[in-house]
Amino acid sequence: MMYDFFVDLFGNTVIAGIASGILMSLLPLFLFILPYALLAVLAERKVSAHMQDRLGPMRIGWHGWNQTIADIIKLIQKEDIVASDTDKPLFNFAPVLVFAGSYAAFAAIPFSSYYIGSEVDLGIFYIIAVTGLVVAGILMAGWASNNKYSLLGSMRSVAQIVSYEIPTMLVVLSLVMVSETMSLHTLSEMQTGYFWNWYIFGGPGFSLTKFLLIPSMLIGFIIIYISTLAEVNRVPFDIPEAESELVAGYHTEYSGMKFAMFFLAEYANMYAVSAIVAALFFGGYQSPVGYLGNLLGVEWLIPIEQFLWFAAKGLFFVFVQMWLRWTLPRLRVDQLMAVSWKYLIPIAFVNLIVIGFITLI
Amino acid sequence: MINTKSSAIRTEEMVLNMGPQHPSTHGVLRLELALEGEIITKVTPHIGYLHRCFEKHCEAMTYPQIVPYTDRMDYLASMGNELGYAVAMEKLLGIEVPQRVEYIRVIMAELQRIASHLVALGTYGADIGAFTPFLYCFRDREKILHLFEITCGARLLYNYIWVGGLSHDLHPDFVRKTRDFIKEFKPTIKELNDILSYNKIFIDRTANVGILPVKTAINFGVSGPNLRASGIKWDIRKDDPYSVYSKFDFDIPVGKGTHGTVGDSWDRYFVRILEMEESLKIIEQALDQLPDGDVQSAIPKRIKPNAGHVYGRVENPRGELGYFIISDGSTTPYRVKVRAPSFVTLQILGELCKGYMIADVITILGSIDIVLGEIDR
Amino acid sequence: MKNTEEILQALKENFPDFSFELKSDLPVEGFIICNPLVIDKISHFLHDNPELNFDSLINLSGVDEIKANQLSVYYHLESTELKHKLVLKVVTDRNSPEVASVTDIWKGANWHEREAYDMFGIKFLNHPDLRRILMPYDWEAGHPLRKDYENPEFYQGMKVPF
Repeated sequence: MMYDFFVDLFGNTVIAGIASGILMSLLPLFLFILPYALLAVLAERKVSAHMQDRLGPMRIGWHGWNQTIADIIKLIQKEDIVASDTDKPLFNFAPVLVFAGSYAAFAAIPFSSYYIGSEVDLGIFYIIAVTGLVVAGILMAGWASNNKYSLLGSMRSVAQIVSYEIPTMLVVLSLVMVSETMSLHTLSEMQTGYFWNWYIFGGPGFSLTKFLLIPSMLIGFIIIYISTLAEVNRVPFDIPEAESELVAGYHTEYSGMKFAMFFLAEYANMYAVSAIVAALFFGGYQSPVGYLGNLLGVEWLIPIEQFLWFAAKGLFFVFVQMWLRWTLPRLRVDQLMAVSWKYLIPIAFVNLIVIGFITLI
Repeated sequence: MINTKSSAIRTEEMVLNMGPQHPSTHGVLRLELALEGEIITKVTPHIGYLHRCFEKHCEAMTYPQIVPYTDRMDYLASMGNELGYAVAMEKLLGIEVPQRVEYIRVIMAELQRIASHLVALGTYGADIGAFTPFLYCFRDREKILHLFEITCGARLLYNYIWVGGLSHDLHPDFVRKTRDFIKEFKPTIKELNDILSYNKIFIDRTANVGILPVKTAINFGVSGPNLRASGIKWDIRKDDPYSVYSKFDFDIPVGKGTHGTVGDSWDRYFVRILEMEESLKIIEQALDQLPDGDVQSAIPKRIKPNAGHVYGRVENPRGELGYFIISDGSTTPYRVKVRAPSFVTLQILGELCKGYMIADVITILGSIDIVLGEIDR
Repeated sequence: MKNTEEILQALKENFPDFSFELKSDLPVEGFIICNPLVIDKISHFLHDNPELNFDSLINLSGVDEIKANQLSVYYHLESTELKHKLVLKVVTDRNSPEVASVTDIWKGANWHEREAYDMFGIKFLNHPDLRRILMPYDWEAGHPLRKDYENPEFYQGMKVPF
């Protein structure tokens, strides 16, 4: 897709191939994840500060907008402390694995109709599978740190992520039943047009099925949002790194850039799950109200607009995650498991069956 | 750990050292937790990391010199500590202090109670993972600290209530600013209730956790809000009135087990919120009745009590603060023993935590609201 | 609600063999002096008797009375139901201070007694866990609140006086 776009632009397949290759592999990292992470960390601070009657960072740049950049510079300069009794290979590899897991998920996320890292037919399936690497990385980090807090934190984290993948999968499955595709790109294309074609409003077309689907879709959205919140370890499900209980959980022993990689992975993950939710239920990169590019007759504006819409939708859900984080207390381990196994999974399962019946009609 | 020699899988208790440096031990407390998975089998508190030999110091100082040292025990309730010392010493000396002094002392002690409870409630929220209420509480506490600052120039350690009087009279703006504060503060209690007290997750975390039956509480000598949360109306301000507390009309809130069992962590939390409202009532009445007069006329020039001993006690935000002072007739005390409420309360931690999870240790420890400064003295 | 004299009377009736002495000449509070080795039995009586019902031990403090070469322990008792108070005192020898523990009766006495042991070296018999509490567990230079205590030069190789 990117390739086609460049062929159109340059009229030369060789240049287009090289350019699209470089862009496709680096674009998510440098054009999106890093700037996004910088923005999100700052936003988190500012959002929390304003919720708490504070100002937040104010010193570095206008309203502290350079704060995270300064922090990154600080983290890069920091000494990389590896405690003597750690399992060094695992300890060093864990942050890379965690980051790789969350970075790899971006490969199948359709940022716009012209840009999707790798258009896999099993897109959504691939994302859920590859984020499983994060679990391995966290367990590795907790075990290798040789610290009881880290170990407890990572054990909690693994139990939590594995449990919450089930309701996520059930909801995804019900959506796959309705749309009959696993490719996020196709899914986004199906929801084109206006916002009433989004799956949260029952999907494209006007039929009895659409209206029957609306309540199930709402339930599905709520379930997937809650369970993805748990998968990225955010409040109220942040027990793996509950700072008041387990100091910092699995990354207690990490410092400097390795810590920053965990941090970056957390924020990247936040966006990844928000993007999935947006792609599944909220039309992906599709505009809710039509495109300026169509109106003006400027073709090349459309992908850019789509990218902006997608970023906006994702960032909105990231904002909601922050909002929840600074409002709610945290659950206890057993309550957390109870939420997943006693409530989310049965509801998601019933929802799946209901959606199955509706699609048969 | 798997024992490879025998066929059965052997599990071992894990010993987790919580503290002395830990985000939610409220100071330098070390808890030795024996764990079966995440379930607590035994809690052993180790204290003494903040031991500053207060009692030994007292034996080398004259009576008025001790006042600033009492500030440093329960550093969140310094006014209460000073008041306790003054009450004990005035009982020993047998002196009466002017009414204005008593009223100002009550106002200060109650403002301090609110400030102290705000820290307790805020940090409790932070322990459970809600960080925003913590900052809301500190925002309001800041206003009280400002009132203290205009009164005596200090924000935390005041050296304000002296034996027989006060170090300064009130600032001319104090009464007006305090009334303003009361007006501003009342709605924020509701705000705190909305964001934290009645939050479903918060209730799930605290209700039915760490239940303290009233018999056990009394047997352990627990006092203050922790005892009242167990459902008994016991408040030294009412049961053994000191200063001018008998002149005010206020209730003693007790735990009712609204969301769980009487004496659970939620009750201990909520009793403090209700107590803040009662303290506001007392302050309003005291401001209305505040008499004129001199605040330093009764301060003895040289304190030299007769040989004897006294146990003076006050209701501090954390419970009964008692000073046991033995005088041998000289200008320095022969022995000062402080009955610190947190010291007594911390003993029940092991009793309360058994069978709960690690996360509940934090919940319970936060709910009994200890200050290590007065535990270790 | 009973005053100290009435409580003394009740104690004397119940324990004819033990010696009790009321001291009320010093300000501010009177107290009853009793035998340190039977204080647990006396406490049991005070706690269990429904007319006295001393359900709470508010304070327990050790005192070094060096001039009389003795160590003493003060017990401040209170009944939350009947709202009366009582001060007991036991006196023990300074060289081999032994007092019966009241931890069985009032569990809150546990740490108070540990503190008295830590600061004065008073041994509480039958105490479940008599260790130092405020001082380091391996403090070997004696008991700091005794009047003749002197700081050691070194603790674990660290210099103590500044």
